[in-house]
Amino acid sequence: MRKLLWAGALVIVVALIGIFWFRAPDRLTGEAPPPAATPSADPVARGRELVVLGDCKSCHTARGGAPFAGGRPIPTPFGVFYSPNITPDAKAGLGGWSATDFWHALHNGYSKDGSLLYPTFPYTNYTRISRSDSDAIYAYLRTVPSAARPNRRHDLRFPYNHRSLLAAWRWLYFRPGVYEPDPTHDAEWNRGAYLVQGLAHCSACHETRNALGGQAKAGPTGGLVLDWYAPSLTSPHEAGVQNWSTTDILTLLKTGVVSTASAKASTAGPMAEVVSESLQYVADTELQAMAGYLKTLPINTQPGDSEAAKTKYDLPPPILAAGKDLYEKNCADCHGHDGEGHEPEVPPLAGNRAVTMPSAVNPIRMILFGGYSPGTAGNPRPFGMPPYSLTLSDEEIAEVLDYVRTSWGNAAAPVVGEDVSANRGNPLW
Amino acid sequence: MKTPVVFLLLLAALARTAGAADTPQDSIEQRVKPCTSCHGNEGRATREGYFPRIAGKPAGYLFNQLLNFREERRHYPMMTYMAQLQTDTYLRELADYFGGLRVPYAPPNPPNATAAVLDRGQQLVKDGDKALNVPACSSCHGRRLVGVAPAVPGLLGVSQDYLTAQLGAWRTGIRAAAAPDCMRDLVQRMRPDDLNAAATWLASQAVPDEAEPETSFENPPPLECGSIKQGSRAP
Repeated sequence: MRKLLWAGALVIVVALIGIFWFRAPDRLTGEAPPPAATPSADPVARGRELVVLGDCKSCHTARGGAPFAGGRPIPTPFGVFYSPNITPDAKAGLGGWSATDFWHALHNGYSKDGSLLYPTFPYTNYTRISRSDSDAIYAYLRTVPSAARPNRRHDLRFPYNHRSLLAAWRWLYFRPGVYEPDPTHDAEWNRGAYLVQGLAHCSACHETRNALGGQAKAGPTGGLVLDWYAPSLTSPHEAGVQNWSTTDILTLLKTGVVSTASAKASTAGPMAEVVSESLQYVADTELQAMAGYLKTLPINTQPGDSEAAKTKYDLPPPILAAGKDLYEKNCADCHGHDGEGHEPEVPPLAGNRAVTMPSAVNPIRMILFGGYSPGTAGNPRPFGMPPYSLTLSDEEIAEVLDYVRTSWGNAAAPVVGEDVSANRGNPLW
Repeated sequence: MKTPVVFLLLLAALARTAGAADTPQDSIEQRVKPCTSCHGNEGRATREGYFPRIAGKPAGYLFNQLLNFREERRHYPMMTYMAQLQTDTYLRELADYFGGLRVPYAPPNPPNATAAVLDRGQQLVKDGDKALNVPACSSCHGRRLVGVAPAVPGLLGVSQDYLTAQLGAWRTGIRAAAAPDCMRDLVQRMRPDDLNAAATWLASQAVPDEAEPETSFENPPPLECGSIKQGSRAP
């Protein structure tokens, strides 16, 4: 029976791969737009830089575990995935893999044994990576210390536990193909686009996913990932950086925080980890290319974005009064009576788009769990926000957030206690 | 008549300014605000709470715990969340800050236990149990049980809930320390009743006036403990 299923799956895979070739020719041979700085001739050195930029280690390392030995749980709406061991261990890791096997995983999303990979491994992005970069990443991964940690089975709900269904998913949402340079833009822009769309896999989080985990074609429009909201990079009301200076973008990506006259932001949740583990170590020239590309992302305007069309939310007076009272008792000492903050230690709340963006998930989580900005070379002693999950009820957190979201010129939709309770539980991802 | 009113107003204004300036902005006090919201003002905690006092514990012990949370040898998601993206250097600075605080201890809560339980607890803490191959707590944690710098914590001044939870976590393997994990080994030789008795007696004891941790062991510790080495290492 099992063999029959496998055979059936295989037939489907072969048929679908056939359809792919028929539908859209896969781009296999494209070279990556070259980085600004001359890359090292040593593939291991280049691979190491690429692995850092792709932040492979974060997902492929359990807390306190051996680097790249896998085992980190990745919670999703479909169940919990456990990242696999990618050290050169012969049995548990990629020891038996060739550079071509590795390329097939990155480029086509299937494993050495031909089984389809779940797109939690973001091959929908990695397919943009050139073969020579894939080979360099492979070369570096051969040099990391072997670890024998065996892979743990994913813990997925029906029907997502049936790998063969991925054939259909891929037919709907996956087109392999190496990045194709856009001749209307210069080399730096193309390098940035290559990195952002491919290895850095920004859209893996910053893009809306549908109920099947498929991604819209509208670009990085924001999405819920790992219980946090990865804000849209196409909206100036969320995390779009179209109007930022390149320096400000670099500061945020390298240090985890930026607080200048022109840009104010700090990273939290999974993005703080990306800064801490990956971006702070990436060469400025590469970050600059990425920033340049991000600045040109088309602005995705929503109805109601203009000042005139802004909805005015009039809170019921008792809620407003309760929220103000809670704010004065718990928040005003640091954030100021008018949400003005005290920079750089304490961010302002007035006009802070992290507070006012349509999704209230992140501000709810910040009030519940607080947390520190990532510790980086550029910001080695970060400030943090105290958690309020133990001292404020769901309703109180909703009230104080409603006050913040509708005061001092802020105009964002109010939330209710249920929105808060949905985010209680685990601060970790 | 007029003068006192003006004076009072002035005083009130000064008090308000002083209040706002209580925490200098670019300071360690400002940086530890996320810690003190659970561990209490200046890390002094409260007698009832589950959250332990951290003020005045040996800095090496506090640093070890931050690493243990960061690397999930200890499991408390909020602590892992707070520590996970910070450098060793910064965690060491936070540990040194709380380790260096000298704030008074509250008196212990009266014990809610029988004399037999308290006697057994005291016996385990002060003498150990040869039959179980369990040394006295005091042989590592200091004769006065106030800890031994840099890495062995005092056992007094934290609540019974906290002590019981930690011993239970060691027994079930939820809490661990750097290998060799001496606490796990000896806790697993003990029965739950014994663990409870030791925690009950410890929580009933007042912290001595001179609560400064010892600077060295009276005798070499009877067990090899990875945490002692870990806490002594520079970040």
